[in-house]
Amino acid sequence: MRLELGHIFIKDIQFGEETAVKDGILYVNKDELIKLVKEDDYLSRVDVELARPGESIRITPVKDVIEPRVKVEGPGGIFPGVMSKVTTVGSGKTNALKGCAVVTTGKIVGFQEGIIDMTGPGADYTPFSKLNNLVLVCEPREGLKQHDHERAVRLAGLKAANYLGHAAKDLEPDKVEVYETLPLIEGLERYKGLPRVAYVQMLQSQGLLHDTYVYGVDAKQIVPTILYPTETMDGAIISGNCVSACDKNTTYHHQNNPVIEDLYARHGKDFNFLGVIITNENVYLADKERSSDWTAKLVEYLSLDGVVISQEGFGNPDTDLIMNCRKIEEKGIKTVIITNEYAGRDGASQSLADAHVSADAVVTGGNSNEVIVLPKMDKVIGSLDYVETIAGGFDGGLSPDGSITVELQAITGATNELGFNKLTTKMI
Amino acid sequence: MGNIRVVHYLNQFFAGIGGEDRADHRPEVREGVVGPGMAIKAGFKGQADIVATVICGDSYFGENTDEAKAEILEMIKKYEPDLLIAGPAFNAGRYGFACGTVADMVQKELNIPAITGMYEENPGVEMFRKSVYIISTKNSAAGMRDAVAKLVPLALKLVRGEEIGSAEEEGYIERGLRKNYFSDIRGSERAVDMLVKKLKGEEYETEYPMPAFDRVPPNPPIKDLSKATIGLVTSGGIVPKGNPDHIESSSASKYGKYDISAFDDLTAQTHETAHGGYDPVYANEDPDRVLPVDILRDLEKEGIIGKLHGYFYTTVGNGTAVASAKKFAEEFSQELKADGVDAVILTST
Repeated sequence: MRLELGHIFIKDIQFGEETAVKDGILYVNKDELIKLVKEDDYLSRVDVELARPGESIRITPVKDVIEPRVKVEGPGGIFPGVMSKVTTVGSGKTNALKGCAVVTTGKIVGFQEGIIDMTGPGADYTPFSKLNNLVLVCEPREGLKQHDHERAVRLAGLKAANYLGHAAKDLEPDKVEVYETLPLIEGLERYKGLPRVAYVQMLQSQGLLHDTYVYGVDAKQIVPTILYPTETMDGAIISGNCVSACDKNTTYHHQNNPVIEDLYARHGKDFNFLGVIITNENVYLADKERSSDWTAKLVEYLSLDGVVISQEGFGNPDTDLIMNCRKIEEKGIKTVIITNEYAGRDGASQSLADAHVSADAVVTGGNSNEVIVLPKMDKVIGSLDYVETIAGGFDGGLSPDGSITVELQAITGATNELGFNKLTTKMI
Repeated sequence: MGNIRVVHYLNQFFAGIGGEDRADHRPEVREGVVGPGMAIKAGFKGQADIVATVICGDSYFGENTDEAKAEILEMIKKYEPDLLIAGPAFNAGRYGFACGTVADMVQKELNIPAITGMYEENPGVEMFRKSVYIISTKNSAAGMRDAVAKLVPLALKLVRGEEIGSAEEEGYIERGLRKNYFSDIRGSERAVDMLVKKLKGEEYETEYPMPAFDRVPPNPPIKDLSKATIGLVTSGGIVPKGNPDHIESSSASKYGKYDISAFDDLTAQTHETAHGGYDPVYANEDPDRVLPVDILRDLEKEGIIGKLHGYFYTTVGNGTAVASAKKFAEEFSQELKADGVDAVILTST
């Protein structure tokens, strides 16, 4: 499977008469977009705001972040099984609007959404402060149940992203990246002699605001399976989860999975990158056992020499992570795991809820309990009503001067476990 | 600002009072410098004064720790110091315990920095390295000069609130604390690089060495349930509606204790979950799903259990540090014992 990913660089985003890209500026017809999103009866009010890098803006509570993309050539469409027909994606040509994103916010669904600051100390911790964001403020119809509320806002974000992505359909990309994975046997012949490597991606699947969807299927319902890496670039995996927003993968993370990018970068040179094994993180023990058994089985079946395993979340999923790692290592296959830490605000506690000696190669995305003070911003998109109750917030965290003291946990993407960031932890 | 005021803590041996035969020496305070204080004072080159020296025998301290701490705190407080220096204790185990305890107490009670020094194998290191800066010393007093050379610069930085460098740079024993920093390379690239090295059999450094995991063996079973008082404890965040004590949705700093003596059934009107780490819809619909009061009342009526304890204890497990969870349980398990609870059902989510 071969995908040409065209990058169209967006340096600014503005409202305009017609939704289009001109000279690197994304113009958005606000009314048209609002009308489209408001087609959903579950949403009583929809507004659109803009937030650019360096502006004194705080967006909260953030649910999802999505990169606008469009299918230019080849089968299927972006977000198959959800926004497009369920056709297998990942081949042909796709254009992406780089440097911008759709961010969804609005009334809180749970305790669980995050914060994006566009400037100041908090901006250093979230990758989304560097993007030109179109923020979709969605308010639910009165009395809407939480699950319906979550789904409505999730779909609104995807719809808006595809609407913007459409503007890139006929554009000549500024840069083209080509990614290719051969069918198994062909790949083995081509890269004979190189170690065989795959990526095991664990998907959060614990319920409301903890769900992930694969071609529209709730990841709770999947058994571990194999994807071509390029499928994810066309939106095969979407996020329905932002609880403890620091380490949840937004849809943007899935579209731009850095493990896939960095494995491709050395594919055919240092190893043969065979593909992605996706698995879930369900709450029941039987599910954990089944999924980790199957993951190890697929790793063995593919005759792999090594895998990178990425986790999503913490606590309960630490047991899935350690099961996956231990069972794969027991088969004599080498692992590197990517996780993050909850070592307490002082860094003095044990970092994970589970441990095993076979986890001897660990990359960490940082201690999510570390506390940060976020100074007041001139403008808030969304609401500050929830900053003391979202995960990472605490009583008294919101000062009268408008500054907020929170754990990094509350910042969207701060301690990401796909290795998206440079933040990490050391022993002192 | 005048000179930095330092109080120095010593045991009976370093104060020149005597050896093991005088280890029961009770706390005393002397104005100015005693014994090794001379070397430390010289090291400060006039930037700090040792205004007093507190002395206590190691046996007395070990056997009467609470009293000794109280007496010593009073003595230290009077001198309004900016800094406490304890020891160094080198490889003396009981002295290490005393130095660590005094330094830790002074930091917490007087809100001033404290510093000590120990040999890496001193048992006091493991006990206090996370809370107190411990200079790495040789295993005997022959290492005094070397210890002072490291202790003085770090002590000055602590008092002045300057940034503290790494354990290696400053000469203290690694504290075992996890600290965030920004690497030059993103995590995914570090992971791929680590995998290539691991595949080639080359050396690599894990970013998080796995700890020895603390596993708790289960207690022996209750012989006769029909006479047992059963308590309910949960990390699933069930609280009275409105979360009256504002237990955090993640990284809880507290637990709650709530009366359930009047409840046969928890409902959406009476209780809810404060937990931010799982789908709360079903727990909020029927909180018994996490804290099974209804079933236990049935068992109580049927005589299968003696009775359900009148209070439940609750916190949020989500993102909560192990150290905090341990502290909560140490407190309330004493209460449960005192209240005659025979067994606890601990529900998690």
